[in-house]
Amino acid sequence: MDYTVKLGGEAGQGVDTIGTILSKVFTRAGYFLFSHQDFESRIRGGHNFFQIRISDHPISASRSLVDILVALDRQSVTAHAQELSPAGMVVYDATTLKEKVDRPEFLDVPFTEIAVTHGGSKIMSNTVATGAVLGMLGMNLEIAYEVIRETLKKKDEQVIKANLDAVRAGYEFAKKECLRCSFALASFNTRKMLLSGNDAIGLGAVLSGCKFYAAYPMTPSTGIFSFVAGKAASHGIVVEQAEDEIAAINLAIGASFGGVRAMTGSSGGGFALMVEGLSLAGMTETPLVIALAQRPGPATGLPTRTEQGELLFALHAGHGEFPRVIFAPGTAEQAVYLTNKAFDLAEKYQIPAFVLTDQYLADSTWTYETIDLGKIKNTDYRLRGDAFRGLASYKRHAFTENGISPLGVPGDAAHLVVTDSDEHDEDGHIIEDAETRRRMVEKRLLRKLPLIRREIEPPSLYGSTKPDVLLVGWGSTYGVMREAVDLLSAKNVAMLHFSEIFPFPETHTFDYLGLLRNTRLTVCIEHNAMGKFASLVRAETGYEFDRQILRYDGRPFTVETLLGEIDGHLAGL
Amino acid sequence: MVTLQDYEGQTPAWCPGCGNFSIRKAFQQAMVELGMEPHQFTIVSGIGQSGKFPHYVRCNTFNGLHGRSLPVATGLKLANHEMPVFVFCGDGDCYGEGGNHLLNAMRRNINVKLFVHDNQIYGLTKGQASPTSLEGTVSNTQPFGALSQSLNPMILAVAMDCSFVARGFAGDIDHLKELMKQAITHRGFSIVDIFQPCVTFNRVNTFDWYRKRCYKIEPEYDPEDRIAAFQRALELGERIPLGVIYKHHRPVFEDKLPVIRERPLVRQAPFPGIDGALEEFY
Repeated sequence: MDYTVKLGGEAGQGVDTIGTILSKVFTRAGYFLFSHQDFESRIRGGHNFFQIRISDHPISASRSLVDILVALDRQSVTAHAQELSPAGMVVYDATTLKEKVDRPEFLDVPFTEIAVTHGGSKIMSNTVATGAVLGMLGMNLEIAYEVIRETLKKKDEQVIKANLDAVRAGYEFAKKECLRCSFALASFNTRKMLLSGNDAIGLGAVLSGCKFYAAYPMTPSTGIFSFVAGKAASHGIVVEQAEDEIAAINLAIGASFGGVRAMTGSSGGGFALMVEGLSLAGMTETPLVIALAQRPGPATGLPTRTEQGELLFALHAGHGEFPRVIFAPGTAEQAVYLTNKAFDLAEKYQIPAFVLTDQYLADSTWTYETIDLGKIKNTDYRLRGDAFRGLASYKRHAFTENGISPLGVPGDAAHLVVTDSDEHDEDGHIIEDAETRRRMVEKRLLRKLPLIRREIEPPSLYGSTKPDVLLVGWGSTYGVMREAVDLLSAKNVAMLHFSEIFPFPETHTFDYLGLLRNTRLTVCIEHNAMGKFASLVRAETGYEFDRQILRYDGRPFTVETLLGEIDGHLAGL
Repeated sequence: MVTLQDYEGQTPAWCPGCGNFSIRKAFQQAMVELGMEPHQFTIVSGIGQSGKFPHYVRCNTFNGLHGRSLPVATGLKLANHEMPVFVFCGDGDCYGEGGNHLLNAMRRNINVKLFVHDNQIYGLTKGQASPTSLEGTVSNTQPFGALSQSLNPMILAVAMDCSFVARGFAGDIDHLKELMKQAITHRGFSIVDIFQPCVTFNRVNTFDWYRKRCYKIEPEYDPEDRIAAFQRALELGERIPLGVIYKHHRPVFEDKLPVIRERPLVRQAPFPGIDGALEEFY
């Protein structure tokens, strides 16, 4: 089974509410789910949708065809009715849409009228719609009751009961009236967990001992901020909404200098303001994790949509030369682990570490039976307390063989912790002489670089190990590329996916360069106009991809749209 | 026992006769009199001649970016609120580049102490007008003179209900030292604007210029009277008050954070347990 439910409506109509409740019901029932959202930068009106795909096997992308379209406004019908699968249905309220569609695939469920009759208020019409979808699918209502009770746990029993009545009424109406509904759901009993990209980064941060998060709200990174803020009380985290992004990164640097793990997050425009602070972290060797959630630019661009346009910006941002790492997770699970790895490497090497995502990854959700938290690695690399007090002498920026100087916590010992944005000596004091400068660059940058590079995992290969066609991508396109490979298995296609991007991975554990060179056709797939990753690969390795598929309209690929693009390149083979 | 020798830092690279030497002396004496040791606190500084200050007094130091000392100091204070955190910066640094951070430090009332080396000129970049330069100041980048009205940091601070507002003068070390001690022992965000003649680039606001205009606020003055404070803060012409212009106790930012009530962030267990961490996602 493989069904897609699409919820469309104006901002403020409840698309998100219905989508969230349905997603919970589906995952708790045990289905694998992938959802993505498409919304406009407005609070009311316009047209938004929330697309949920459920299956009995693991999935990681959206499909183009829709099996149930919940149309809360007329535009949902005009924009999406042509996406219906052959057995697909549109469910709508003819009174709200002020139009009765007399076609067999249209099911008129009077959401508002049922809400008033059974729930006592038209506010419940979204609950009725939720019930109607479950009725059309022929699911059991028990899980929906449970989810509604949890969602409304702070409300009066009366409100809860009204919602339960409303969901049941919608369910029964749809079940009875939808004669054409022929959805067959596999039955499951292992509940799944549901994780969004932004929550995954927040979770990774919290589990890595992030104690300080400062940021300025900016779509699509705000979800990370609010997730971490939600853990402030339970996990002892200080979160601060800064006056601007310049303050945000400097606040985080200050906290990190003070001895705690610190993080900031933003999107392109906000990160642009952080660039000077990034360089400060580099110079002062202050550990820092930065979540950069990309959206289409330049300038304000398309604030609520997706793009992978900032890879080279993240890589080159900051004046001067200093080491950094850049991770670009491809799934929510990878986002947990890579955020943890970002914290680990940031502190181990005293460098800034990026978790680079985009709106598509940030707002999409994945299901898992579980995630292995045993893979979380937490080592405290700071010099604190007795260990610090016990030292005979201390130099914050001491020259060492591996370039890593002891990271003392100021105030823990009588030793002074001194650092400077000016070039400095081992003690941290300002210098001008050429010899110290040369040695400090070697310590801070050149000695660390090969060590950091050794920490970087090579790309992952999915599909045939001797492919004729290799699809190559990075970050959020992992899922859709993987599904494309599954559907193209007859054509001997594989995927090479990079999630640890910089320092660029070495080839001695996996000679991916050899594989690229020996593959008949290589296609690099990116959500940007200039092939940022392809140019990085060329710069780092000299390798040039045979073809590129570039999408820069702010929308993510669905499996079908990507297959359509790939088809064009396979034609000549 | 901490002594002045403990505060002998690097040899200053300031111009001979610079007002910064007096600020350094006042601070060193204040620290000794308060019995504070160099490792017990941190100075965050920015860029400009004032930015070099912590190197010359021996202490934990974060010499960061131009204008960004206050956010670094705020982050540091939140990581370890038991450690005193001082900011030393200049007028261009704090009132120009970092203006937004100053407003928000006063709003937050983070218990950080801000000492502004206010020489009414840009020294490190060789003589351009600063936010506190007198209107009309001609320089190599202000050919028609500084066209903007000069900033009055004291009236700004009183208007922002800043917890402690004072002005000192590098020409009176003892008085400045006492102001520093008061600012440091006051609980709440404190600003001390320090007139500090630039002997190289500012030929107008000289030691003599300040001496002619500055007077010490009389002992009977009540700094908790905000209306009176507004009046004093407005005096920035022929008569300029030195001393505590305004003080007002209000809750400090750190006290409002329940997560650091028991102990500072830096003293808490560094890593959380992972048991049950996934439960909320089912």
